[in-house]
Amino acid sequence: MTHQSTPPFNHRHLLGIEGLSVSDITALLDLAEEAVAVSRQVEKKRATLRGRTQINLFFESSTRTQSSFELAGKRLGADVMNMSVATSSVKKGETLIDTAITLNAMRPDIIIVRHSQAGAVHLLARKVDCAVVNAGDGAHEHPTQALLDALTIRRNKGKIEGLVVAICGDILHSRVARSNILLLSALGARVRVIGPSTLLPVGIDRMGVEVFRNMREGLRDADIVMTLRLQRERMNGGFVPSMREYFHFYGLDEAKLAFAKPDALVMHPGPMNRGVEIGSTVADGAQSLIREQVEMGVAVRMAVLEALARHLPNV
Amino acid sequence: MSEAPHSIPQSSAPLALVNARLIDPASGFDGRGGVLIEQGVIRRFGSEVTPDTLRAEVQIVDCQGDIVAPGLIDMHAFVGEPGAEYRETIATATAAAAAGGVTSILALPDTNPPVDDPAVVDFLLRRARDTGLVRILPCAALTKGLRGEDISEIGLLLQAGAVAFSEGSQSIRSASILRRAMLYARDFDALVIHFAQDHDLAAEGVMNEGERASRLGLTGIPHEAETIILERDIQLVALTGARYHAPLISTAASLDIIRRAKDRGLPVTCGTSINHLTLNENDIGDYRTFLKLRPPLRREDERLALVDGVASGLIDVIVSDHDPQDVEVKRLPFAEAAPGAIGLETMLPAALRLAVSGAVPLTRLLQALSSRPAEILGLAQGRIAVGAPADLIRFDPEEPFVVDPAKLRSRCKNTPFDAARMEGRVKLTLVAGRVVFEN
Repeated sequence: MTHQSTPPFNHRHLLGIEGLSVSDITALLDLAEEAVAVSRQVEKKRATLRGRTQINLFFESSTRTQSSFELAGKRLGADVMNMSVATSSVKKGETLIDTAITLNAMRPDIIIVRHSQAGAVHLLARKVDCAVVNAGDGAHEHPTQALLDALTIRRNKGKIEGLVVAICGDILHSRVARSNILLLSALGARVRVIGPSTLLPVGIDRMGVEVFRNMREGLRDADIVMTLRLQRERMNGGFVPSMREYFHFYGLDEAKLAFAKPDALVMHPGPMNRGVEIGSTVADGAQSLIREQVEMGVAVRMAVLEALARHLPNV
Repeated sequence: MSEAPHSIPQSSAPLALVNARLIDPASGFDGRGGVLIEQGVIRRFGSEVTPDTLRAEVQIVDCQGDIVAPGLIDMHAFVGEPGAEYRETIATATAAAAAGGVTSILALPDTNPPVDDPAVVDFLLRRARDTGLVRILPCAALTKGLRGEDISEIGLLLQAGAVAFSEGSQSIRSASILRRAMLYARDFDALVIHFAQDHDLAAEGVMNEGERASRLGLTGIPHEAETIILERDIQLVALTGARYHAPLISTAASLDIIRRAKDRGLPVTCGTSINHLTLNENDIGDYRTFLKLRPPLRREDERLALVDGVASGLIDVIVSDHDPQDVEVKRLPFAEAAPGAIGLETMLPAALRLAVSGAVPLTRLLQALSSRPAEILGLAQGRIAVGAPADLIRFDPEEPFVVDPAKLRSRCKNTPFDAARMEGRVKLTLVAGRVVFEN
């Protein structure tokens, strides 16, 4: 995996899509394409990160993102350590900055961080000497999710520019939505968000998206329909009245999907609430890319780790 | 403008009301003529509808110069079902309504169980169809269980036939929850009806705060209990864009708030009760509990301001605030008695007092009682127009009578107009062309 042709990704950290140029994004996607090929071989191991230490620091529990980063690091030859909040000194009252300083003293090369607070990963990045990857900070950004979504779309539609992408559901609490809006808009997609007003952030219309409160209108002519997870604690009256009302008006079932283009493709960042934001026939149907997204997740994370590794000091 | 869920069996025999003074408050029409009704809707109306222009099979009612106007639409009434059948039933409430010229009732959600589930809306509509004389329009709960915590299923409730959403006689304490409820309602273009009374300021209060309460030794409710909530609500309307209706305004200060909101172009409307337009705190006299109301009756100058508000149109609608309470909860010391008064049957003649005194023009009065509520609720009735549902009343505004509580049709007799002399008796009430009351 050596690449003289694509422009270099010249960043020390990957904290968000914000701040990336179109060529940065394209470079990562191109790199990820090669990682897909690697991951499909019997021999999946590369030596790109040999000797490097990667720490997965997850303050918020995660199965798929954490294992995806772990696998990506291992395929590139890194030594990967998982630190989950349950066993860490955070439980004993250590501050985020003290945790960062402590970890930094162990001389890791890359830290992957997920935290429930927006901006926490940026704060941590300022206190360490290694590369930091944001694996999700509060409702702010989840850049590798947006990259894997873009890769999945590009592989299936051949392009991103000009596509109509509808992001549906809980936009308010979603870091996936924010990163996708930034990335897909940058690559020339027409991004729409659809949801009840209670789940739309104030001022979202100023982020370059079209806003809809109705699935029938919002899904018209959509090429890509992306549904977002609705957290259980938000289902029972706080933000939406009930699961049954939410599914009735916003759940992606076959009837609502029919409003989109006939060849529209369905995506979901997972984990899914079947019967809440998405119906099983759609989730498991021919138009669903949901399983492919998971595969692309490993590839994109390999690409990100490789790109960051180029800027790691070699002494 | 959907009418289907609230439709009542229509009369198929053609009927004509002739020789009437037709008043259509929606258009401002006021002139002599007749109305021809076929299959429940108004087919023709005006001066050309006379007996000699009608086919032989048309049944003709000679109105002898009486007024024919749209049936009244009452945006605030308690009908007892489900759960308080000892106080009122749909049968008794609609009988009182028909006798009072009220042809559509917005039924409040603070029942037991509350109207917070589509199945309860469905129940109400079926009960109304089977036992009611006039139209029942279900007003559903804005929050689940009227607890002011979680948004109710506004979308599914609308599909079931709810026409508006309210917290009944309570105000939501959390501005954050009301904001979200309004936001959510706005997506469905649902009307939010929110009673404005600060829970803590009203606290133990039982009547208007002031000299009168102090002399009677009763705890008062200040105007600010109403205006603080109203002011907050209007700011939330500006924030969310929800359609908002303040159902029971009782003070002049509230009118200023409403005026400013309307001047800003906010989707705000308001109503007041017939009691607050025709009575004041002095009528409480010697602790008459039938005059214990929520909000409380205010001073005479406040009443006059409300009357002016109706005349100018600043107050959109007049409601009965029909609230049947049995003697067990009224025959108590004033502070312990339940608030509320019945009003469906006496609303029209009580309102006509304002026209007789010249305070409010008759057409404007009828607007506040029929066409304006219809506009706010998005109803096809409430007007005399070709194709509109034939919900009509005939009344003689000058016919005198004395209110006899024993003869009132409501299950409870807690009228504040006991033995009052009134003018303007309803002689005929039609709902969808069907005679539901005749006197």
